[in-house]
Amino acid sequence: MITANVKFQGTLQSDEINVKLTEGVIEKEGQSFSFEQLAVDAPVSGTVYGTLLNYKGALEALGEAVNEAPYKAAPKAPILYIKPANTINSHNRPILLPEGVEALEMGAALGIVIGRTATRVSEEEALDYVAGYTVVNDVSIPHESVYRPAIRQKARDGFCPIGPWIVKREAVQHPDQVHTRVYINGELRQENTTANLIRPVAKLLADVTDFMTLRVGDTLLVGVPEEAPLAKAGDVVRIEIEGVGVLENTIVPEKEPAEGGLK
Amino acid sequence: MKRAKVAYAGAIHEAVEKDGRLQLNDGRIVEEQNVVWLPPVEPRTVFALGLNYADHAAELSFKAPEEPLVFLKGPNTFIGHRGQTRRPADVDYMHYECELAVVIGRPARNVKREEAYEYVSGYTVANDYAIRDYLENYYRPNLRVKNRDTCTPIGPWFVDKAAVQDPMNLTLRTYVNGELTQEGNTKDMVFDIPYLIEYLSSFMTLNEGDIILTGTPKGSVDTKVGDEVITEIEGIGRLVNTIVGDETFGIKETSKKVTSQQTT
Repeated sequence: MITANVKFQGTLQSDEINVKLTEGVIEKEGQSFSFEQLAVDAPVSGTVYGTLLNYKGALEALGEAVNEAPYKAAPKAPILYIKPANTINSHNRPILLPEGVEALEMGAALGIVIGRTATRVSEEEALDYVAGYTVVNDVSIPHESVYRPAIRQKARDGFCPIGPWIVKREAVQHPDQVHTRVYINGELRQENTTANLIRPVAKLLADVTDFMTLRVGDTLLVGVPEEAPLAKAGDVVRIEIEGVGVLENTIVPEKEPAEGGLK
Repeated sequence: MKRAKVAYAGAIHEAVEKDGRLQLNDGRIVEEQNVVWLPPVEPRTVFALGLNYADHAAELSFKAPEEPLVFLKGPNTFIGHRGQTRRPADVDYMHYECELAVVIGRPARNVKREEAYEYVSGYTVANDYAIRDYLENYYRPNLRVKNRDTCTPIGPWFVDKAAVQDPMNLTLRTYVNGELTQEGNTKDMVFDIPYLIEYLSSFMTLNEGDIILTGTPKGSVDTKVGDEVITEIEGIGRLVNTIVGDETFGIKETSKKVTSQQTT
C-alpha cells in the first residue's frame, strides 16, 4: 500500500489516499473505491516539461542521423519542451483525435513532481527536491523530425493526461528502476524501464536546474521510450508505471466529444 | 490605460501610470524608482516566434520560414523592468531581442484572422535574450538557449488594446549603454498578429493571459556583463535591463574559459 495525493473532481484541494496498486483500489477514510470509479482532475499545478531523447533506445533509433544535417551532433544538454496548460488532461477522460489524423503516439513517461524550488541543485541532493511521482501520457501526433519544436504535434488541447495521483517520493525507492507498460485495449504494446534513461532522475534534475528553476508543483517528464505505440479512435490506452500508478484514457475523434466534452 | 505590477512597502500591488509616477491600487502615489517592477502579466503559456522578421532571418543566414517557427517558454524565465539578467561566464554570444508581446484576453479556438484582435487584451514589451553558445539542433531553439532563469525581461507596462491604434506599425528600438543598436518596425513581421492567432488557435486553445512574443528584427549584438540594455516599443514602453555576471548569483565554479586561461 502506498500513500498518494489526489485531486477529486469538484474539489479545489488535494486529498491524501492509500493506493493498493495490485488490487486496483484506493482507500480514503476507511472506504474503498476501484480505479474505475475514480473521478479526478490532474494532480499537478505547475508547468509540465518534457525531455526529448532521454531513453537510450530513443536516441539509438535516430541512428547515424544524429551526425547528419540538420542535427549534426548528438544532444549535449537535456533537450526540453513544454506541455502547456491547455494540454493538461486527467485519468478516465478522452484524448481527442484531430481530424485528418489516423493515430496518436502514446508517450509513457514517469513524471517527477517538484516539492521545493530547485535551482542549480547537485545530483547528490536532487531527490530532496522531489515531492513525488506520477504517470504521464505525453501524447503526440507522429512526427519524424525533432529539429524544430513540435508545438502543432504535441501542444494540442488534452494531449497530456496526468495522474491519477502523485505518489510520495518515499514510496518509490528506485525511480531509476521502474518498469513502464503501455496497454491498448488490454494488449501489452510497449514495455521499458527507467533503467534505460541516458540521464537518470537525479542527474536529469541537476542538469535541468543548472539553467532553469523548477518550481513547486512543476512536473519534469524523464522522457518517452522508443517506439511509442499508436492508438486510434475508440482505443482504450492504459499506462502503468510500477509502484506509481495506472493512467487510463480513451481516444475519441475530435468531432464527437465524449459526454461532458473536454475541459 | 497603462498598468503595472510592482512590489512596494512589503506587498505586491497593481498600479497605473499617473503623471510620470505610479499610483498603487490602494491610492498611494510613488516614484517609479522606489518600487520593484514585476512582470505586468502573470506568464502562463507563452509562445515565442523565431525568425519572424525577414531581415533578422537573413542576418542569421536563414530564409524566413513558411510556417511560423513557434517555441514555448516557462514562467521561470520572466523578470520585470529594471531586472538583472545573468550572462554565464563561459559564453561568447548572448544577444537581446526586442519583441512586441501580445496578451490574449479570452479563450480563442479556431479564430479567423479577421476577428483575431477581438481576442487580444493588450500589449507589452519583451526582451527575449538568447545565448547562442547553447544552441543545439533539437527542438531548436532549445530551452537551454531560450528559457533560462532571468533571460526574458517583460514590461514595464501592460497597455490596453484600445490605447494602441495599429500594433502592426510600431517602431522597435534597442539601446545598449545608450547607443542605438537595433531598429525595426512591427510592419515587417513575416507572420502578423492576426495570422499568428489564427494559426495557433487552429490547433489549440489560447487562454486569457497567454502571451505571444512576436519575434525580433535585425540588429542583434553581443551584450556583456555591466551593459544596460533598453528595449523600447513606440507607445508601449521602455524596458530596462542590466546584464550581470555569475558572481552576482554566487556561482564560483570555474567556467571553461577561466579554466583554459588558467591552464595556459
